[in-house]
Amino acid sequence: MTDPTTRARPLSPHIQIYRWTLTMMLSILHRATGVALYAGTVLLAWWLLAAATGPEAYAQVQAVSSAWYGRLVLFGYSWALFHHMFGGLRHFIWDTGRGFDLKHVEIIARLTSIVPLFLTAGVWVAAYAYLGAF
Amino acid sequence: MVEIALPANSKIDKGVVHAAEGAIANPRTLKIYRWNPDDEANPRVDTYTIDADDCGPMVLDALIKVKNEVDSTLTFRRSCREGICGSCAMNIDGQNTLACTKGLDDVKGDIAIYPLPHMPVIKDLVPDLSNLYAQYESIEPWLKTDTPTPQGEWKQSKEDREQLDGLYECILCACCSTSCPSYWWNSDKYLGPAVLLQAYRWLADSRDEKTGERLDDLEDPFRVYRCHTIMNCAKACPKGLSPAKAITEIKKMMVERTV
Repeated sequence: MTDPTTRARPLSPHIQIYRWTLTMMLSILHRATGVALYAGTVLLAWWLLAAATGPEAYAQVQAVSSAWYGRLVLFGYSWALFHHMFGGLRHFIWDTGRGFDLKHVEIIARLTSIVPLFLTAGVWVAAYAYLGAF
Repeated sequence: MVEIALPANSKIDKGVVHAAEGAIANPRTLKIYRWNPDDEANPRVDTYTIDADDCGPMVLDALIKVKNEVDSTLTFRRSCREGICGSCAMNIDGQNTLACTKGLDDVKGDIAIYPLPHMPVIKDLVPDLSNLYAQYESIEPWLKTDTPTPQGEWKQSKEDREQLDGLYECILCACCSTSCPSYWWNSDKYLGPAVLLQAYRWLADSRDEKTGERLDDLEDPFRVYRCHTIMNCAKACPKGLSPAKAITEIKKMMVERTV
């Protein structure tokens, strides 16, 4: 018989077995979109620098950002911005000590996942409409 | 530290399937985490099928039935069987709860049962809660005063007493703390929802005179502020309490005393 005090205890399973919830997902997405916004801010700085440098540099950035992959990144960036902003508002409500009722937690979670999707879509529809795509 | 994968000695192997004997009117299958300190094997998940018509309504009833009738080596903690002692806290169907208040009917299909997550396992469904108890002790969960002890009792108005509602009901079952990803990754430094709810229980007590010192002890990048309001704690609490709200109240008290 092995001495139980010398045999290392196993760690019980955690994320492997825990049932996922929307709030858990949103917590991770809030972190992920936050990280994505850091990267996006570098791109924003690049755009501003290019604008300050001159027409050639600016044209270079414009070429990249209006290409399909550039637009894809911008689309992701705009969603990350809206999603993170609404996540921030959710935390702002909680910071005041409100919205902890589980029913409200769920309502707020759903709103802050869906509204940013519509806003992102809205901005892009508006942008393409402005460009005369429709 | 965030470590998603389980250590090598914690990886779960395929377990034993205990076939049901004879015909069963209302079969329910339990998939139960097993680990024995007395052999060399890794943890495994054993399968048991019981007749729910010949069993009490709760998951704890099913565990007791398995232990009595199928496999007496199955090890778990239990005592009051009415949700007041907190002993039978475990992870059932992916969520932490008390086996004695979780109905078999609440779970669809097979019933997966694991020990409380991200804890050292003593045996089967029994986790080692020493760290949590040490953290509980660290917040000094007793009335601390400068005023000499009164002859009769420490009096409190009805309104002040109501401040403890939603706090005093905590049974320290550890469902909340072990549901919290922040506690999973930082249980060495972060106090976790259960202990923080208790910390707030003493901060909110009108009779306690050490509020300032208590807040000083909690003011630290890890002890309170690893809470990111993930909300697993409040969703897991079998008593319907909200550790997340208690933690926010602590954060508010910390801000309020500096402005």
